[in-house]
Amino acid sequence: MIKSEDLGKLLNTLCPMFVLVDDAGGVTQVGPTLQKLRPDQCMMGQSFLDIFELVRPRSITTVAQMLTAPDRKLHLRFQDRPQTAFKGLIAPLPGGAGAVVNLSFGISILDAVRDYALTSADFSGTDLAIELLYLVEANSAAMEASRSLNLRLQGAMLAAEEQAYTDTLTGLKNRRAMDHILGHLISMKSTFALMHLDLDFFKSVNDRLGHAAGDYVLRQAAEIMLEETRSDDTVARVGGDEFVLIFKGMTDREKLGGIARRLISRLCQPMKFEGSPCQVSASVGTALSTQFDVPKAVDILHAADLALYAAKRSGRSCHRFYSDLLGAQQSG
Amino acid sequence: MHGLINRAIQSFVCATYGRQCWLRATQAAALGFDEFEAMLIYDADLSTRVLEALCAELNRPRSEFLEDLGTYLVSHPNMEDLRRLMRFGGVTYVEFLHSLDDLSDRVRLAVSDLKLPDLELQEHSPAEYRLHCSAGLPGYSSVMTGVLRAMADDYGSLVILSNEGRQSEAAVISITLVESAFAEGRHFDLGARKS
Repeated sequence: MIKSEDLGKLLNTLCPMFVLVDDAGGVTQVGPTLQKLRPDQCMMGQSFLDIFELVRPRSITTVAQMLTAPDRKLHLRFQDRPQTAFKGLIAPLPGGAGAVVNLSFGISILDAVRDYALTSADFSGTDLAIELLYLVEANSAAMEASRSLNLRLQGAMLAAEEQAYTDTLTGLKNRRAMDHILGHLISMKSTFALMHLDLDFFKSVNDRLGHAAGDYVLRQAAEIMLEETRSDDTVARVGGDEFVLIFKGMTDREKLGGIARRLISRLCQPMKFEGSPCQVSASVGTALSTQFDVPKAVDILHAADLALYAAKRSGRSCHRFYSDLLGAQQSG
Repeated sequence: MHGLINRAIQSFVCATYGRQCWLRATQAAALGFDEFEAMLIYDADLSTRVLEALCAELNRPRSEFLEDLGTYLVSHPNMEDLRRLMRFGGVTYVEFLHSLDDLSDRVRLAVSDLKLPDLELQEHSPAEYRLHCSAGLPGYSSVMTGVLRAMADDYGSLVILSNEGRQSEAAVISITLVESAFAEGRHFDLGARKS
């Protein structure tokens, strides 16, 4: 049978983080790398459990239990600081002469090489530690390159969104597009009607059923508005639950009144989001470009706004023309 | 051509000759952009054009330019990460030379779509080696010559390198180790981490 010192020499080469313990748990030999971790404290002669704390299996508290444990895998750490963690494998020597415990850093390798200034000479030739360290560094370098690309793409996306004309939630035009179209119509001296539509009770849907329900309602409302308008009309979402509809070349009050009525009546129909009813309604105010001698975007929007608030004051689900407001003011 | 290779050329030129030089070359090569992304793949033709433009602009032969690129890759402070990765190859310069056989596999471990030509080291005596660089990436052996030279400095070894032409498709670099511990070399701390 191999003598214990020969065994020690063999283990020095094969697994430089071994511990040889006798049947009483005393440390008789230690691998050079393991001893390097505690240069001022000679491990030989100490009790194994004075140096190492057994983290798992928790049921084991004595060396005798450790030597006969059915599961030979151990999780350990140093009793003193730094409390480096180890994975351990225990192999009993024949004849109850103690055991070899081979330790490895496991995932704590990254801290260990730094804390103890280890070099590749401290690992056995077949240990994958160096490859692991290489991979960690190579991956983090590669990740950094990817991350900087992602950041640049994100920046480009934000810039593109800022210049976009589409409201990403509903697919309608956004405020920027609406401003652009309105400016164009005015500069071309086109006649048009501008409707300002506001969803009533939208906030309560959002509060009661959450943002997903709110988003659903906005998309449904957008679809209704697209269906009730012509393809060359403009439907824009200009705020949370506010929409502007521009009808090019249309100043017929009856037709506009009819469109507003249909919009309101369809938007008042309860929608279902994941089984829960969402009830909103709409108030609409309309201004006509022909009411202004020199139409300006800001004036027309303001006029439609005033009409909208008049509609709201009349109760929900109403439509008002700005021209009626003027009449009312003049007569009143 | 992998973006990392293009990016390496860009980084080398900007650090060594200045950004203006790089911008002039991208215009001369009609790239249509002036910044390569490290993790995208580009048409190989773009790399060829920008390399030609750079060599014309700097009035230097391509092999010299690429050798300097190789030196830059492992010795410039910008490239400390790469130097560390190369130092994982071994504790001594000779170990490092032997580790070059695995270089293309190691690179693929880190960046799976970056395929570098295979390298094969032949030892003729403990002081004489030949590195065979397989075909596939024109100019690779020039870059490797620069890398070998800079890494010799890094390990503190004194070497003589020369290009031996081609041997059945592979470009051959001969390496003569004059002294393995000629100078102190640079420190390599396994556990060093960026703050």
